[in-house]
Amino acid sequence: MRTNLKGKLTLIIAILVVFVYGIFGVPNGVSKDAFTQALANRIHLGLDLRGGTHLVLQVMVDEAVSAVTDNDIQRVQADLDKAQLAVGSIAKLDPAHPDVITVAGTAPDKASDVRGVLETNYGNYVVTPGADNTWTLSMKHQAMLDIQHHAVTQSIETIRDRIDRLGVAEPIIQEYGLGENQVLVELPGVDDPARVKDIIQSTARLEIHAVTGGPYTSEQEALQANNGMTAPDVELVHGNGGGRADGDQVYALKRVAIVAGNDFRDAQPSTDENGRPDITFNLTTSAGNAFYNYTNSNIGKMMAIVLDNRVREAATIQSAIRDSGRITGGFTQDQAANLSLTLRTGALPASIRILEERTVGPSLGAASVHHGVVAAIFGILVVMAFMLFYYRGAGINADLALFLNLVILLGFMGFTGSTLTLPGIAGVILTIGMGVDSNVLIFERIREELHLGKAPAAAVDQGFAHAWITIIDTHVTTIVSAAILFLFGTGPVRGFAVTLTFGLLANLFTAVYVSRVIFDAHLARKQRGEALSI
Amino acid sequence: MVEFFRGINIDWLGKKWYFLGFSLIFSVAGLLSIFFWHGVPKGVDFKGGTLVYVNFAQTPNEDHIRSAMDAAGLHDATIQRIASGPLSQASREEVISLPQRDTSEATGLDAGRATVLTALTSGYHDSDFAIQQVEVVGPQVGKQLTRQAELATLYSLLGMLVYLWFRFEFIYGVAAVVACFHDTLITVGAFSLTNQEITLTVIAAILTLIGYSMNDTIVVFDRIRENLRLMRREPLAVVVNHSINQTLSRTILTSGLTFLTVLSLYLFGGEVLHGFSFALVVGILIGTYSSIAVAAPMLVAYQDWQASRGKSANLPAGRKARA
Repeated sequence: MRTNLKGKLTLIIAILVVFVYGIFGVPNGVSKDAFTQALANRIHLGLDLRGGTHLVLQVMVDEAVSAVTDNDIQRVQADLDKAQLAVGSIAKLDPAHPDVITVAGTAPDKASDVRGVLETNYGNYVVTPGADNTWTLSMKHQAMLDIQHHAVTQSIETIRDRIDRLGVAEPIIQEYGLGENQVLVELPGVDDPARVKDIIQSTARLEIHAVTGGPYTSEQEALQANNGMTAPDVELVHGNGGGRADGDQVYALKRVAIVAGNDFRDAQPSTDENGRPDITFNLTTSAGNAFYNYTNSNIGKMMAIVLDNRVREAATIQSAIRDSGRITGGFTQDQAANLSLTLRTGALPASIRILEERTVGPSLGAASVHHGVVAAIFGILVVMAFMLFYYRGAGINADLALFLNLVILLGFMGFTGSTLTLPGIAGVILTIGMGVDSNVLIFERIREELHLGKAPAAAVDQGFAHAWITIIDTHVTTIVSAAILFLFGTGPVRGFAVTLTFGLLANLFTAVYVSRVIFDAHLARKQRGEALSI
Repeated sequence: MVEFFRGINIDWLGKKWYFLGFSLIFSVAGLLSIFFWHGVPKGVDFKGGTLVYVNFAQTPNEDHIRSAMDAAGLHDATIQRIASGPLSQASREEVISLPQRDTSEATGLDAGRATVLTALTSGYHDSDFAIQQVEVVGPQVGKQLTRQAELATLYSLLGMLVYLWFRFEFIYGVAAVVACFHDTLITVGAFSLTNQEITLTVIAAILTLIGYSMNDTIVVFDRIRENLRLMRREPLAVVVNHSINQTLSRTILTSGLTFLTVLSLYLFGGEVLHGFSFALVVGILIGTYSSIAVAAPMLVAYQDWQASRGKSANLPAGRKARA
């Protein structure tokens, strides 16, 4: 019995040491500062406690789907041309459904050939023939989900890259919500997110297109110049080719870009001959070669640099260009710097909308920590004092268990790197209240058994045995609700669910196991027949 | 030894009509307020909009802030002094809130912080100020959160129903869930009656309450299950009364202690946790009450109802009870 008890005590002390290590790690000394520092390294504070910005972004994934179908429209045209099948028009008719392509005006006697081409080459689409020689290609659900998911992950990478280059420490950028294509961005220490938001939101889609006509003063004029309609591979884009941000002109451009998005390797802010800010960019080697071939064979023609769907620069190709170019266009110094940063990190696959923005100033965070800690300490002291008053000797037992419960809870958080939020502190405080419940249940039961005339050892034994079932039931139900909070909650609420769950698990150990060992140790030293202080 | 509750023998079930009346008064008052008075006051998390918390160097003059907002064309801005906690100093902090605008375009959401800041900078000259905290929530988020909160509440009630069904009997689960629903209703009603806003953290508090109230109920149920085996000849009402009385000291002690910790949160926890701790303060009182006055009597009422239909008059003691 005694050796067994020793083993158990050693186990408890070992656990205490492990979790104290979890809280503090190994501090650089024994001063108060060293401990505070060590604590701060282990327990991460949430944004609401340390100050910072919390953004929820919506990735407009329809645009990514639309980009794919745009591309496929070109491919369908090319494939049908190659198979020498006549076709009237290929277009997306319903703007609300960027995933549906309608092919119209195929030759009636070639229907099976058309179907053959469409079905073999476009496995991602469901091909349905319609009336009047039309075909509908609607993208399969799974393919669309893949594109959307890819757009979200690519956006996350791009945003992370941009934020890293801004030098924000420890940002959190991750998928958010329940499959709604949203992204969570948490930026500790940033309390005026204006610049960050600009940089995150800038799509930075840089492309170079061939110019087929223009500049015109308006879309009507552009249409008139092209006999009232634009060819399917031509689009009208607004902008100012003279290198100024203001002023509106319309250009007719080839829909498919010569170089786009990932073809850019680098971009740097620079100044032109007149000392005005501009941006110099470089292309990747393969894109540079393609660009060289294109410019070499199209000398004398016009091309346009298009940024976020606006023409920023339109110029005649004077000579073959390999891999570098320049965008002028009335930038301020800051704009040039921000823009080249976003260009360096690549384009976003789709534009981004900000759904939610929360900013907490650092002083408010510090005040919240202070309030939370004061409330916690006050709560603990009151509860401990009451247990001592009401249960006397056994109160010491309960207080020890309670203390160990807190140590394990905080140690858990240190080990798992979970985040302590303000509701999380509330969770800690609530754990104190509910943690003591297990002790109360057990002690009340022991008292009942004593009243029935049982000997102390038997009463303790029975008390634990009966209370144990109740304790399991109550803990499981509370953990169920905490788990659901974790699943459905976000940010601070999740922090609360985590502390509550850890606290309850730790409580199962301390209130039942540790408390029992202390009782046993106590009883082992007692004389037979001596009363239990409870 | 110190003992507050010993040899208590209260006829709880004999008072069931009082309990029913009490519960009805509070539920109906809450419901009336929800439907005809304040509604369910939603915080910015759910209804969307902009909140800017501004800290002023000196106690600000709200009329001056208002005129600064009016001058900037923000006629629908609400200006509110942050209630200081009972133990903290007079507040120099104001919340300026703008309602949700029609934000069909991306620009709409960003506008809030900047407009309030420029309005204050150009129109308020009494003292320096600093923006403490900004919350801007778009309409989409609100809808999503409302759905999540509803689902979370529903699922956690369901989860407990299933667990209790598995551990006890179906009727125990039903009684416990009804009691929890009763608590949720009265707590939300209290928010409506006092016109306090329900935020995301309040929802977290309410879900915690469901767990807490369930705790109390389970302690009583466990005792009923145990006593049903020990007191086979007694009528159910006697067993239930006895079980409540036996666990009463534990119920009061635990609730009292938890209440103390929550009260310390309410007093010292600062402004941000006020709603949270208010929900817990109300909920712990109601949760304790409901396990005695709602859940347990429901078991007896169920059995009486079954007996009146000529079915077996014995409440099953829980087939999965411990061996």
